[in-house]
Amino acid sequence: MKQLLSFVRKEFHHVFRDRKTLLMLFGLPIVQIILFGFALTNEIKNAKIVVADYSKDFSSRRITDKIEASRYFDVEKNLLSHEEIELAFKEGKIKMAVVFPENFGNDLLHLNKAQIQVIADASDINTATTLTNYVSSIVADYQAQLLVNNSVPYRIMPEVRMLYNPQLKGEHTFIPGMMAMIMMLVCVMMTAISIVREKELGTMEILLVSPFKPMMVIASKLVPYLLISLINITSILLLSYFFLHLPVKGSILLLYAEGLLFILCSLSLGLLISTVSQSQQTAMFGSLMATMLPTLLLSGFMFPIENMPLPLQVISNVVPSKWFNIIVKSIMIKGLGFSAIWKETLIIGGMTVFLLALSYRKFKIRLA
Amino acid sequence: MSEPVIKTEKLTKRFGDFIAADALSFDVMPGEIFGFLGANGAGKTTAMRMLCGLSKPTSGEATVAGYDVYRETDLIKKNIGYMSQKFSLYEDLTVVENIRFYAGIYGLTDKAIREKSEALLDQLGMTHEAKKLVSELPLGWKQKLSFSVAVIHQPKVVFLDEPTGGVDPVTRRQFWDLIYDASDKGMTVFVTTHYMDEAEYCNRVSIMVDGRIDALDSPQNLKKQFSVHSMDEVFYQLARGAKRTAD
Repeated sequence: MKQLLSFVRKEFHHVFRDRKTLLMLFGLPIVQIILFGFALTNEIKNAKIVVADYSKDFSSRRITDKIEASRYFDVEKNLLSHEEIELAFKEGKIKMAVVFPENFGNDLLHLNKAQIQVIADASDINTATTLTNYVSSIVADYQAQLLVNNSVPYRIMPEVRMLYNPQLKGEHTFIPGMMAMIMMLVCVMMTAISIVREKELGTMEILLVSPFKPMMVIASKLVPYLLISLINITSILLLSYFFLHLPVKGSILLLYAEGLLFILCSLSLGLLISTVSQSQQTAMFGSLMATMLPTLLLSGFMFPIENMPLPLQVISNVVPSKWFNIIVKSIMIKGLGFSAIWKETLIIGGMTVFLLALSYRKFKIRLA
Repeated sequence: MSEPVIKTEKLTKRFGDFIAADALSFDVMPGEIFGFLGANGAGKTTAMRMLCGLSKPTSGEATVAGYDVYRETDLIKKNIGYMSQKFSLYEDLTVVENIRFYAGIYGLTDKAIREKSEALLDQLGMTHEAKKLVSELPLGWKQKLSFSVAVIHQPKVVFLDEPTGGVDPVTRRQFWDLIYDASDKGMTVFVTTHYMDEAEYCNRVSIMVDGRIDALDSPQNLKKQFSVHSMDEVFYQLARGAKRTAD
């Protein structure tokens, strides 16, 4: 145990001494989130929307004014029917429609609650989510104003409808996907490189001649990257909460547990790569090929898997990030529990065991 | 007469049809400096790996520090030190971090590690360099440090695999002072080398040709036996008959 401790300490020395790499390891998630976040949120300015006010009362006008005042929207006031709205969507003329029903004013006055229909074109998911969120917050804002002047609470409920993609498939895909990518990158590449470096330097021989067990050598190499990855998950979650206002709907504990499993899976992949590569360059290149490309292309991070040709869909099943992506989406966005993701968990677990067994065998062969 | 610390009897290692080490039989006594010579590809490294417990012999017997190379590799590993031609130090760690790490994986206590590293730095005259990165040290120092670290747990036998490759003769000589020092304290030194001047420093040398040990005696006796004046010539006479070429 004490031996393991000295070993782990030495690994940390390696990691902390290499300032540039360290900066990259921790900076990567932050930079990525901010870049992606800006690309997502600031894209939308002057989005064309239609406001159909059938109620024409005081409140509906005030809300419309507020929407008009926002620089995000380019508002056209037009009493369109539902069919006409749908046609406008199909022709791509508008991104969103806000409909005040005829009885909106009455309902608000007499029942203290009323509904607004917000319809968005969800084929462009990110835009749709952002736009509807804006409208919702404008309405909430107005509601809060009413509360100041009246003791009776008014409730205005925006009823959001997403056209063309009601389940919002792929909403905020980039957070789970990016989590997968960053962890893959850090774990796979860094472990592979750090093990191969010992081989290249010849220190691996010394370690093997020492009474220290080979598996312990490997284990202690994994510890720093495991920790770094856990920190990275935390910073991604914090950033997505404070910066993108995307809280974790499900259990955070479960998310971390699944994250840990995925980290282990990535570390095993890094281990396997390290056993087959002879130089740090090979290890780095191998890791990039094995992680970046599949994670970017085949995990559903950038491109929906359902739209891919069948052979690619089949191949995507062996990409661990795909399953992790599903898991994180289920926990973070849909707020589901373990019963919904046990299958994916099992698959990643199985992959981990397989990768570990394979690299253990390779490691043994090399020793003989 | 005490027991030999390394004892092999027809130790053999095959890789398929290729016999890397062919029925090696020799004894090494405690405190002896045993030179293990041979051209590249003659089988030195294979033999050494078997003795270190890194590779299982195909047949034959061998014990190191009294432990069997088949069954007791863990105990062997505790009782040997090892230094290879590549310096076994981490360049991005400081001198003292390297010492602590190696002492640590051999399971020395914190107190022992502290005392050892102080004594070692003192002995090498490197107290002021303790906090320096190894990459900043001159080659000769790295090498001496590397040796001292390899024997930090006071092993019974230390295996040196071409420890002085690429080093100038003066530094090499200084390095051998360390080896003599260790041997005086009763440590057995098993060293492979290409340099024939180093062979002269050994108590006994064995010369491997094509996986076999073709000669084994003290440098003086070998020279007498082959009626030549230097180990260079002894080696040349033996190596000329080699069928294998270096790979």
